[in-house]
Amino acid sequence: MINTAQEKEEHLFLSGHTACAGCGQSMAARLVIDAAGPNTIVVNNTGCLEVFSTKYPETAWGVPWIHSLFENAGAVSSGVEVALRYLGKKDTINVIAQAGDGGTADIGLQALSGMWERGHDILSICYDNEAYENTGVQRSGLTPFKANTTTTPIGKESFGNPRPKKPMPEIARAHGLPYVATASVAYPLDIQKKVKKALSIKGPKYLQIHVPCPLGWRHESNLTFEIAKLAVETGLYPIIEYENGKLTNVRKIKGDVKVEEYLKLQGRFKHLLTSPEQLKLIQDIADNNILVYGLKLEQVQQEGGK
Amino acid sequence: MFGPLIGRPGSSKKNKTGSWRTGKKPKFLKKNCIACRMCVLFCPEGCISGKEKNTFDCNYAYCKGCGICASICPKKDIDMVDEGEKI
Amino acid sequence: MRKFLEGSEAIAEIIKLCKPAVISAYPITPQTHIVENLATMVSNGELSAQFVNVESEHSAASVVLGSSATGVRVYTATSSQGLFLMAEVVFNIAGMRLPVVMTCANRAISGPINIWNDQQDSISLRDSGWLQLFAENLQEAVDFHLLAYKIAEDKKFMLPVMVCMDGFILTHGVETVDIPSETDVNKFLPVYDAPYKLDINKPLSLGCLADPDYYMETRFAIQKTFDEILDEMPKITKEFEDIFGRSYGNLIEEYKTKDADKVIVALGSVCGTIKDVVDEARKKGQKWGVLKIMSYRPFPKELIFKALRDIPRVAVVDKAVSLGSLAPLYSEIKALFANRKKSPKTISSFILGLGGRDISKDSIKEIFRKLSVKELDGEFIDLKPELLTGGAL
Repeated sequence: MINTAQEKEEHLFLSGHTACAGCGQSMAARLVIDAAGPNTIVVNNTGCLEVFSTKYPETAWGVPWIHSLFENAGAVSSGVEVALRYLGKKDTINVIAQAGDGGTADIGLQALSGMWERGHDILSICYDNEAYENTGVQRSGLTPFKANTTTTPIGKESFGNPRPKKPMPEIARAHGLPYVATASVAYPLDIQKKVKKALSIKGPKYLQIHVPCPLGWRHESNLTFEIAKLAVETGLYPIIEYENGKLTNVRKIKGDVKVEEYLKLQGRFKHLLTSPEQLKLIQDIADNNILVYGLKLEQVQQEGGK
Repeated sequence: MFGPLIGRPGSSKKNKTGSWRTGKKPKFLKKNCIACRMCVLFCPEGCISGKEKNTFDCNYAYCKGCGICASICPKKDIDMVDEGEKI
Repeated sequence: MRKFLEGSEAIAEIIKLCKPAVISAYPITPQTHIVENLATMVSNGELSAQFVNVESEHSAASVVLGSSATGVRVYTATSSQGLFLMAEVVFNIAGMRLPVVMTCANRAISGPINIWNDQQDSISLRDSGWLQLFAENLQEAVDFHLLAYKIAEDKKFMLPVMVCMDGFILTHGVETVDIPSETDVNKFLPVYDAPYKLDINKPLSLGCLADPDYYMETRFAIQKTFDEILDEMPKITKEFEDIFGRSYGNLIEEYKTKDADKVIVALGSVCGTIKDVVDEARKKGQKWGVLKIMSYRPFPKELIFKALRDIPRVAVVDKAVSLGSLAPLYSEIKALFANRKKSPKTISSFILGLGGRDISKDSIKEIFRKLSVKELDGEFIDLKPELLTGGAL
């Protein structure tokens, strides 16, 4: 089936949306939907993406798209999917349920868990910008350890967010999903490859994409790519794939980039730079990721062993 | 009946976000371009297009001037220049 | 065909005949028997629907929202806390103008937790933009589901409908009820043809953000649609009558009110008890009557005004409260007579049956007896004063 919007436009997520300059989420959203193609229905939780893409009477979407509430994309997409099944159209139409990190890992987790457990043929996407950016940078369950947000402000008694990120990919994997992956907006072709791969698999899938937010992370708008890349290269954001519960692929890194390189470009971590103890706590997270997921290139590991 | 509030595909293009730019805008130098399409993939606005080498350009009606295209171009073939500069 | 059925079974029978494509629900007493019966029909292949067992009422409402937006007929049912957990989705469905039909098996609200009947659940969501039809008996509950789909899916209206039936009293009571034939249902209810939906051939965005330039008009539009539904109600119920033989007129019933000097206004199954009391009283020469309101939303203001304006003493009974103010139905009836030339001499308010407290004929007789010169603005009937004395512990 031909989508009329597709014939005229290069993309299925179009210009004129009102995201901040340099928004990582708007890049990722376009990459995702362009990879998924016109035969896709998108269900969007409330959040930045919803607000900046569909302010009536305008919409940036070239595919059928629906937003209901903050926490129910898991359930609304289930409703879309069963209706398509009823109509006998499920085999030709993709369903994507997408949300930010708060809509995925916090308020929307119950509906998402229900959708996964029921086994709907839906790809869930989490655009992880690591805080409630839309409401003014409050802490979410995916806000990283020690980040300075408006609800985990630094002060005499605090170095920022007291808890590490909720392990969403592991939670997804524990639901028995056939495909769970992370990606970063630093690697656009990898995002597109993973979206296509996920959509080729029947059943529930989860893809979590790291998307810098210049506003909330307090970085220059032209550094979105650089910062996303450093998150991966330091080991702080492992890029992994689980297929049928098994870790089948990781993006290898050299392992020679210290977390400080990543942290120093962002206002949300500025307070850590003067404290070697605090920096070590963050470096420990990266080192642990490198170990647990086997992120280091073997060659580099051997060299390190000499 | 007014409502439900339905958006027609692509209607956001009425919203010319180019007016948001403050100070700088990208200039596509079109000298060393290798058509790697990185600028197209990374532009948050989706307003860069082009096919062959040295044909890429952005639509200033939508470009918010974030500067990502200039910072990721592997050939440094995009410059951020003053808004007033003629292109 | 006339059948002797439990209320929930009868509702499942009529929903089966309405052929929803998607049913989604989460268990809560006293709604459970309805969805259990539907699940059995789907399992047996009697009903070709997708039955989605969800992890909460919030998701049940969200699933049917998603399916309705994909252009198919949907059904859900809930009660009490379940309706409250759905609340934000309930408002959202109306704002998105999706023709969802829901049964609410009316039940009290926690705390304290109480599974028995009153109408606090539906009444609390009266401002959500859903039609609310209250049934007196099982036949009405069955018929109102047919009216519900008919109105909800009308392209002129596109609003969700909640059929309210008193929990246990109607859901678990056994009555003889006429279940219409499939042919007649098909005649009354055409296949749903959505005026807007998620369609890859016509990719629309549903659920857009409305800023202050657009939000007010969405609310005004729903208000206006409610008025239009009221205007068209006689036509709709006439079509219903022509096919099924039962008449619902304007969805209010004036029972022996024409010459009455005392009338009780009520919603739901309590109207049956009041009618019995009225019948007995009439035999003794007392001119009592009942005004039954079947359509609480839209609220047929002018019809109620006309029905009550010449009645000397009116009582409004609420099986719900608005704590800190006047009872909900009462305050609306009372407001109808502000600055009007004609009005009852007194309009009194009574609250009864909360949390399943039995409403006997004596409860009703007490209300009629209390209708005198003095206007009462919130008398609780059948209270146990002995429970109210003493300290907190």
